[in-house]
Amino acid sequence: MIHISKRPDFNRFTGEKKKYNRYAGMLIGVGIRLAALLLSLVVSGVVIYAITKLNPLKVYAEMVSGSFGTSRRVWVWLRDTALLLVIAVGLAPAFKMRFWNIGAEGQVLVGALATSACMIYMGSANIPTPLFLIIMAAASVLAGALWGIVPAVFKARWGTNETLFTLMMNYIAIQLTNFFIPMWEHPKGSNTVGIINAGTKAGWFPEIFGQQYLLNVLIVAVISVLMFFYLKRSKHGYEIAVVGQSENTARYAAMNVKKIIVRTTTLSGAICGLGGFLAVAGADHTVSTGTAGGRGFVAIIVAWLAKFNPIIMALISAMLVFLNKGAIAIASRFNLSNDVSDIIQGIILFFILGSEFFINYRVRITRGKEKEA
Amino acid sequence: MDTVLAQMISLITTAVSFGTVIMYGSLGEILTEKSGHLNLGVPGIMYMGGIGGLTGAFLYQTWTAEPVPGVGLVIALLSTLVCSVLGGLIYSFLTVTLRANQNVTGLTLTIFGSGLANFFGGSLSKLAGGVGQISVAVTSSAFRATQHATDSLVTLVSRGAGESGFMRVLSGILDTLDKTVFSYGFMVYLAVVIAIILSRFLNKTSRGLNLRAVGENPATADAAGINVTRYKYLATCTGAAISGLGGLYYVMDYIKGTWANDGNIEALGWLAVALVIFATWKPLRSVWGAYLFGALYWLYNFIPGQSRSMQEIFKMLPYVVTIIVLISVSLRRKRENHPPSSLGLSYFREDR
Amino acid sequence: MEKAKVTTVQNEPAAEGREAPERKPAVELIGLTKYFRSIPVNDNIDMSIYKGEILSLLGENGSGKTTLMNMLSGIYFPDAGHIRVNGKPVVINSPKDALDLHIGMIHQHFKLVDVLTAAENVVLGLNESFRLNLRSVKREVEAICQRYGFEVDPDKKVYDMSVSEKQTLEIVKVLYRGADILILDEPTAVLTPQETKRLFEVMRNMKRDGKSIVIITHKLHEVMEISDRVAVLRKGKYVGDIETAKTSPQELTDMMVGRSVSLNIERPEPHDVRECLRVEHLSVTDADGVRKLDDVSFKAYGGEILGVAGISGSGQKELLEVVAGLQGAEPGSVVIYTDRDGRTSSLIGKTPMEIKKLGVHLAFVPEDRLGMGLVGDLDIADNMLIRTYTEGGGIFVNMKKPRKLAEEIVEEFEVVTPDMLTPVRKLSGGNVQKVLVGREISGEPSLLMSAYAVRGLDINTSYTIYRLMNEQKEKGTAVIYVGEDLDVLLELCDRILVLCGGRVSGIVEGRKTTKEEVGLMMTHVGAVRAE
Repeated sequence: MIHISKRPDFNRFTGEKKKYNRYAGMLIGVGIRLAALLLSLVVSGVVIYAITKLNPLKVYAEMVSGSFGTSRRVWVWLRDTALLLVIAVGLAPAFKMRFWNIGAEGQVLVGALATSACMIYMGSANIPTPLFLIIMAAASVLAGALWGIVPAVFKARWGTNETLFTLMMNYIAIQLTNFFIPMWEHPKGSNTVGIINAGTKAGWFPEIFGQQYLLNVLIVAVISVLMFFYLKRSKHGYEIAVVGQSENTARYAAMNVKKIIVRTTTLSGAICGLGGFLAVAGADHTVSTGTAGGRGFVAIIVAWLAKFNPIIMALISAMLVFLNKGAIAIASRFNLSNDVSDIIQGIILFFILGSEFFINYRVRITRGKEKEA
Repeated sequence: MDTVLAQMISLITTAVSFGTVIMYGSLGEILTEKSGHLNLGVPGIMYMGGIGGLTGAFLYQTWTAEPVPGVGLVIALLSTLVCSVLGGLIYSFLTVTLRANQNVTGLTLTIFGSGLANFFGGSLSKLAGGVGQISVAVTSSAFRATQHATDSLVTLVSRGAGESGFMRVLSGILDTLDKTVFSYGFMVYLAVVIAIILSRFLNKTSRGLNLRAVGENPATADAAGINVTRYKYLATCTGAAISGLGGLYYVMDYIKGTWANDGNIEALGWLAVALVIFATWKPLRSVWGAYLFGALYWLYNFIPGQSRSMQEIFKMLPYVVTIIVLISVSLRRKRENHPPSSLGLSYFREDR
Repeated sequence: MEKAKVTTVQNEPAAEGREAPERKPAVELIGLTKYFRSIPVNDNIDMSIYKGEILSLLGENGSGKTTLMNMLSGIYFPDAGHIRVNGKPVVINSPKDALDLHIGMIHQHFKLVDVLTAAENVVLGLNESFRLNLRSVKREVEAICQRYGFEVDPDKKVYDMSVSEKQTLEIVKVLYRGADILILDEPTAVLTPQETKRLFEVMRNMKRDGKSIVIITHKLHEVMEISDRVAVLRKGKYVGDIETAKTSPQELTDMMVGRSVSLNIERPEPHDVRECLRVEHLSVTDADGVRKLDDVSFKAYGGEILGVAGISGSGQKELLEVVAGLQGAEPGSVVIYTDRDGRTSSLIGKTPMEIKKLGVHLAFVPEDRLGMGLVGDLDIADNMLIRTYTEGGGIFVNMKKPRKLAEEIVEEFEVVTPDMLTPVRKLSGGNVQKVLVGREISGEPSLLMSAYAVRGLDINTSYTIYRLMNEQKEKGTAVIYVGEDLDVLLELCDRILVLCGGRVSGIVEGRKTTKEEVGLMMTHVGAVRAE
């Protein structure tokens, strides 16, 4: 028989002195996670070998060079990490409040639409770049916030299930994108929006110190740091923590729970909307239903695994984007489909998700009846 | 008048064949959710089911000189079941045994399943001859063999139709019936049969009662001697098998034995999750709900004079309707319409 | 009607005598040990349960009674030791194993599925037939009810049931499964005295039927009334067992707490009383349209303790929550607060934030400590912030004051905690309550409301709480003490407001009234004309 019990906390009394060992627990946690990561790479390697008959080590080496081989690749990696991270950072306050916002995909998309609309309709107005960027950012923030506030109001007022509501909002955003594509189509008949302002580069992120994507990274870094302090030290952050634990306690503490839910979710949507701004103005310079590209969902996993700690979120985002870039590199190198990256990403996430169990529980195997005799 | 009728018939058939895909998805998810597990991996499982069936049929057709449609059908069905149950097993091992977060695990399964399916879908196309489309027409034909049960009756009646007004009306009715009810591949009817079985199982059998108890209150079910883990595994894996059939139906019948990396299955999978809410966790309600969703989704085709943009707005309807249902359920507070109480929570007996 | 059925069972030849020599044990527990988070909750326990006896398992809260019985019923698996049933060694891995051995437990928190009917709950998990045959279940349920003398409507949904109906259903469920050994975990905690009487009748009937019954309780008078034998646990260890006929409440108390304690609670005379809270015609209706409070009027004075007595669910919770601004009230309700300077303000219809802004110094120790009063995942200092986090300018919280307060409370009330960063969820029940009460009285309240403040606490901590209540009273605070133990209410409170079904049954003087009088008022409005 297998018996499972909760792992004891690693803070034990040692007599009167109340000595306490916090690090043992952390060490075990880190160890188990690393083991899971290694195991997942081995399994992925087996899968890669089964599919391609290629030496997995060689494939992993190819992945590294595919992601970091040139300085441009490194910058693309940084840019995409920043994009994934900003969405995860946006989701963090909502999740900490136990509001299951799985509508990031849609929030990014409407942010992207708002940005594109600005670029298309105001691109020829010759607005100075910094001001134009601010206008675009504001538009994307507003759009994302709108997408966040709708389910939040219903959740706060009538307790409507937010997981399913925000999920539906994703598809409304996708259909909205499909609505705009024929209107913004370029060239006519292509059913795509094409590169916006390809000639004038109006509304494109400017190069800083000669680096095209430095601005993306800087914006996300600032947002992440602010979010860290917002959650850890601010009065709002405290309210979010209390509401997430127990709405009754929050009401008892004279908090306006409905206001906090709506405010936090709006903030969450707004930051995700800003992610759309980064995706369009800072990277793609176009918009399609694939602009969010599943990042809204992956970011949920990132935020959850990192327990809403922005630094860990950055590490996980960096790893996932590396895997993605690397897998695409080997796919084109060995003439495979790009989708192999999703498979590897799935396997690795399965292992990491499963490893949490061994951090929280202890498994003990007994031999059932024989022991009793 | 006739064109209106023809339009109606066309809308109904479109709605039924489209609705069947999401009906499978939602029936599987209802069974899963009844055990208290919100599986957001439905799109991934439908992907795995679809690519499983397609690969099975493809390999059979490539290796056999003269493939028999019936054999291809059985092979496709079996490989679909194996692949989708595999998806269900991954999900249930992680969420039931390892008590991982259900939302996150489900989303990961969707990423994994769509990656797997699109990878093999793409590769099969290449194997089939580079740029050309993969096609398993022979197997697909077995899936699409329509019944036309009233065919002979229709001919019989229409032969005598000239004679009386009544006969002409009867002939018209029979013809309409034939086109709207009896013109589909067998999987359309199978879905309805599964819905009825599922509904009977949940409401009229001991094990159905036990399963509902597991989803409502696992601690109580456990104390009553029910093997909670086994029920959760069985419900999730059977649910995955049913959802997977949706993928198979889509590939073999709806797009006639081909493959496209266009993300359609994922969209349909989310629509299936929406349908579960719309049906308020009742299998029979998901039958007509599925057809309604199908009709709403394709409504734009039947309203003339729409710009391309406006057509896309019409496709929002099923999602908007689901949101309205979601809101109205939360407004009405009727206990029987609520999701299973322990939905989304993992169960550990010694928790305190 | 019930009497008649009782006599039919009496004819059975089952063991009636308390003195039957050489009785066989139905269950033997040998060296059972269970750890939670590396603290032993049951430490090497040897105990026997005999056939045809009612055994009281007595112990303070937290002494490990429920854990021990949970190992017998398959909820927990022992870390060491083993179990014999009818002389044979057994391994109980799950509740199903326990049921197969004819062991059934009625848990304190009922194990029923709300959306199912009584009959559906009864057959749950049995798989008697593939098709669900509810008709035969209903017949069987009725037969059981006849045999032992109770009533269950098999078609009623559990969410429509009262607490005592649910408990009856639990007993039927266990009997339907053919249990010979029944464990009842604090079955009387939620019952009225009348319902308790009926339950005891049923238990005696079952005993005559040859069944073994274990009743977990900490109420001494019940132990004396119902059981043949008493086994006592203290801090996870087995103290011993004794035949009920040969012991006294005093001896049992000594066994339970380890030394004699004075049962006297101090009660200083109130002085300088002044009106603090005036409630008039207060009515509350809940979301389902059920009247929870009906035309309640009373006054609470600074410098005295007003007790609130009543069966649980008689409107105590709503009463406190309305005053705290957590509940709305029907139009026409009046709640007037008077501060120490004589200024009055109405609290009705105000949110907690608005009440706070009025300058009302209100302290509230709610029943649900970790679900309402505290945040389980935060440490003590963070929990101190709950009342004061908005203080000070700026968008960031100031941690200096709460840290200091946390340390003061840990020091003053001897809160046992590994360190200051431990989440309060991980503290024991008594320490959690000390943190909560400590925080609430630190705000120098003029009105202190507490609900079941000593529930689940050991005797020492309970007395600490009584002392704190009296200290507040001496300082001129109006104290409202909602309690369940009538002995405590009668000894601690100056006046006692008795609620019955949401209505005021009367307000009596704590020094003059008797337990019987209050007990009667709790179950029957207008039974006693008070004041």
